[in-house]
Amino acid sequence: MKKTFNLVGKPVIRQDGYSKVTGKARFADDINYPDQLFGVMVRLPIAHARIKKIDFSEIENHPSVITICTAGDISGSNISGIIKQDQPVFCDQKIVTPGDVVAMLVGEDEELLRQLAGKVKYEIEPLPALTDPRKALDSDAVLIHPESKSNLIVHYPLRKGDIERGFSQSDHIVEQTYTTQLIEHGYIEPETVIAIPLAADRSVKIIGSIQNPFTARRIVAQALDLPLTRVRVEQAELGGSFGGKDDTMDILSARAAVAALKTGRPVKIRYRREESVLESYKRHPYILHYKVGFSREGKIKAMKIDILADGGAYASMSPFVTWRSVAQATGPYEVENVCTDVRAVYTNNPYTGAMRGFGSPQPIFAQESIMDEIANQLGKTPDEIRWINCLHSGSITATGQKLEKHDVNLIKVLDTAVQKTNFSRQWQACKDKNKSILPFIQKTHASQADKSLLLESEDLVAPDLLLRKGIGLALSYRGCSLGAEGIDAAAAYLSVQPDGSLYLVSGLAENGQGMRTTFSIIAAETLGLSVEDIHYLELDTGIVPDSGPTVASRSTLMGGGAVKIAAEIVRDRLQKFLCDFWKLNKQDVLCFEKNKVFSESDPQKTLRFSEVCQLAYRKGVCLAAIGWYPGPKVDWDESVGQGAAYFTYVYGCQVAEVTVNLGTGEVYVDRVVAVHDPGKVINLLGAQGQVYGGVTQGAGYGLWEEISSADGFIRELNFDQIFIPTSKDVGEIVPVFVEGDDQHGPWGAKSLGEPTLELTAAAIANAVRNAVGVRFFNLPLNLEEIVLKRKLKPGGLKRGSAV
Amino acid sequence: MDQDKKHSKISRRKFIKGIGGGVVGGAVLLHNLPVLSESAIEPAGAGLEQKYPLIFKVNAKTVRVLVESSATLADVLRDQLQLTGTKIVCNHGECGGCTVLLNGKAVYSCMMLALDAAGSEVTTIEGLLNGEEINPLQQAFIEKDGMQCGFCTPGQIMAAQALLSKNPHPSRAEVMTGMSGNLCRCAAYPKIVDSVLAAAETHLK
Repeated sequence: MKKTFNLVGKPVIRQDGYSKVTGKARFADDINYPDQLFGVMVRLPIAHARIKKIDFSEIENHPSVITICTAGDISGSNISGIIKQDQPVFCDQKIVTPGDVVAMLVGEDEELLRQLAGKVKYEIEPLPALTDPRKALDSDAVLIHPESKSNLIVHYPLRKGDIERGFSQSDHIVEQTYTTQLIEHGYIEPETVIAIPLAADRSVKIIGSIQNPFTARRIVAQALDLPLTRVRVEQAELGGSFGGKDDTMDILSARAAVAALKTGRPVKIRYRREESVLESYKRHPYILHYKVGFSREGKIKAMKIDILADGGAYASMSPFVTWRSVAQATGPYEVENVCTDVRAVYTNNPYTGAMRGFGSPQPIFAQESIMDEIANQLGKTPDEIRWINCLHSGSITATGQKLEKHDVNLIKVLDTAVQKTNFSRQWQACKDKNKSILPFIQKTHASQADKSLLLESEDLVAPDLLLRKGIGLALSYRGCSLGAEGIDAAAAYLSVQPDGSLYLVSGLAENGQGMRTTFSIIAAETLGLSVEDIHYLELDTGIVPDSGPTVASRSTLMGGGAVKIAAEIVRDRLQKFLCDFWKLNKQDVLCFEKNKVFSESDPQKTLRFSEVCQLAYRKGVCLAAIGWYPGPKVDWDESVGQGAAYFTYVYGCQVAEVTVNLGTGEVYVDRVVAVHDPGKVINLLGAQGQVYGGVTQGAGYGLWEEISSADGFIRELNFDQIFIPTSKDVGEIVPVFVEGDDQHGPWGAKSLGEPTLELTAAAIANAVRNAVGVRFFNLPLNLEEIVLKRKLKPGGLKRGSAV
Repeated sequence: MDQDKKHSKISRRKFIKGIGGGVVGGAVLLHNLPVLSESAIEPAGAGLEQKYPLIFKVNAKTVRVLVESSATLADVLRDQLQLTGTKIVCNHGECGGCTVLLNGKAVYSCMMLALDAAGSEVTTIEGLLNGEEINPLQQAFIEKDGMQCGFCTPGQIMAAQALLSKNPHPSRAEVMTGMSGNLCRCAAYPKIVDSVLAAAETHLK
């Protein structure tokens, strides 16, 4: 292992900085083709119905309508889906959620097409809308996808030890139900895609705001019945994704491609915000029931967990999202006896899929809340109760996996967070203070429940007492990359030019997280160059191997690993060439540093990297390489949920300090200290950015964000109603990195993007509990939740300034 | 963004809707959904909308274009003048992604009719460049890493430009408030604020 680094771990400015601050970065809607047409969707205003007839007669002869694409135009498979094939590109049998599309009008005047879309006539047979996931598995529930014979998308059981024995050995049992809400990714750039027909060989090129170009390629090829090579997908600069520009973009790409081949002209689809929110998938709402048995010393003996996830109208990523939940639902604790069941079901609600965190923020909110409840019940502090139970090197996880061969830094991140915030003392002080206010809160919550607002005179509280301070923490472990979800390997292509500059590209995608810069640092570090020597190419499915999706915080670990391998292949070739050239022993080690190559044993033997490349090129040395990084084997027994779920893990602890205004219900996030072990930090600037972003999004999830729907229709369609955090909403965020050794990833670098988000809502919820003495069970902890302890959801009414 | 700016937006939006133009695309589409089968909605002169000459200054150059009365400034900048640095994000005056300077003051270009810019001076992100050379504020955003995906960045920089021209030496709190009208879902906020403060400092030197 290398001890000192020239670039790794230092703050390196992002390579795309110039193009982004000048407005020159090419996002999908900034790209236009001559002769380009627009595609505009036709939807029916219903959540669940059988389609009997769609009648275009009123518009099909309109001079502005060049063509209308429907399911009949799909030469391949109209049914798409990354895991389960259940989502039509164009619906022709049923509507199962209001975002569904039955047709696409294609023409030159986008605005006019939007108006004409309203003139499509239709005959439908309305079906009852199933919107409560708790009723999805009832015997009389309407079937969303009749061919599935049940509304169950997936059920994962996990059985470890003997749950009944565990409860009988427990001194105390706590049993609680938590719920989490539907939320929108809220990527700032709405969906855009352009399909360009390439007449020469009946192939199609796609350029778009696409998170996973290889997945999009597969869905397009499948819809058009073309070989994969006839569909070339290029990623435009991506304006945020957070897991959200996958399924929706794949289907949009297919629609655009169908229209492009039908008309022989480039076709662009670009969504406005409302349409984006309406059709795109979201984060799963969960209902989580936990029953936990523990000894009087605080040792957890048994956990019985029942989780129900609302998958909405399509399966999408539900089978993988809920799989992560089942693997991690106990939290980072040693529990001998575990019985977990996670189910995802179909409803007519907006469909849910991948979103940063991916099935972990929900169980973490429940499990970390319960840990604090146990601490409170036993008169211990939250850090004490976690100390007693947390995983360490050699521990066996809930899935029966032994944690080994890497630094299990759970206790280290916990201790660091506790020390940095003086946690135990602060927590105890706030707890002691909240005793005085507790009767007031309990009374208001009780009176709210029966809708009476009358308080006795002794209930009145001085206004300044209504501002309560609290501190809370949350702890997690997270399996890196895909784990037993699927095939896990990534590629990078690196090509050194005779002047020593080089091209680099990986099969993973830049989503704005700074991946290109991170990968450039890895290549530059390996070859002793500077980041400026590296030209990162635009990702195109034609130039680099399929590397799986850019998800699961796997880019640095997998793609970074592939970049390092590619750079090492070239370095080894140059080393071999130079040993011959300088007539050195094959065992001699050459140093690649500061754009020079030199022999350690003979300092006279020094050449500039560019000179080496020139010489090697002239001697016919291949200076290009593909690095391939396959993930180690993992195994999984689906019937009992046991196995080595992930090949390695990362650890994190966040502490939130809040002020709660009991009068208004507002929770102010004063400070979040986020301690993470990402393995190794590659770019300090990028790592800090991940923490700021994850914590802020996590705070939004914990406190404000919610997409509510009535009969499947979303009420909040734009940012006037979707409250994503602004620059003023979250106080100071303090990123702290604890690095740990690992045999995997470049120099042990693993994951950071998702761990930063998954903890924040739970830490805030625990801080609120500490501030006011009351546990809140339902996210988000918005004003009404704090003041009324219930959610205000006006039936069918829009909130805010409705369009 | 300041309050009076938001108020003026609301009335503009109503005005745009009032004339029945298709500019509010997404919004109109959704509004139409419940009455899809009816043919009652017949926008006046759809597709044949009268165009009017607009003369204004964009990035210090005088520009003449023919625009529809319902076209927003953002549409004209992007579609007709190919100044695609200005982004349309919410098209609703909520996120600041389309912020440009109108006579030196920050405005949401998605909420302003292009014809209302007649005779005015508009500066977009492209206007901050001097040849290939970036200005100190842009430089600060690069150095302080005040971005991730970069889609909101032009709007952030234009808002910061207006903020600094009004208040060249803002406090951290003033920057946080001044920039709160510009959403960044990547939430690079602490670094955006650092960037603005660093630019103010450069200005001091």
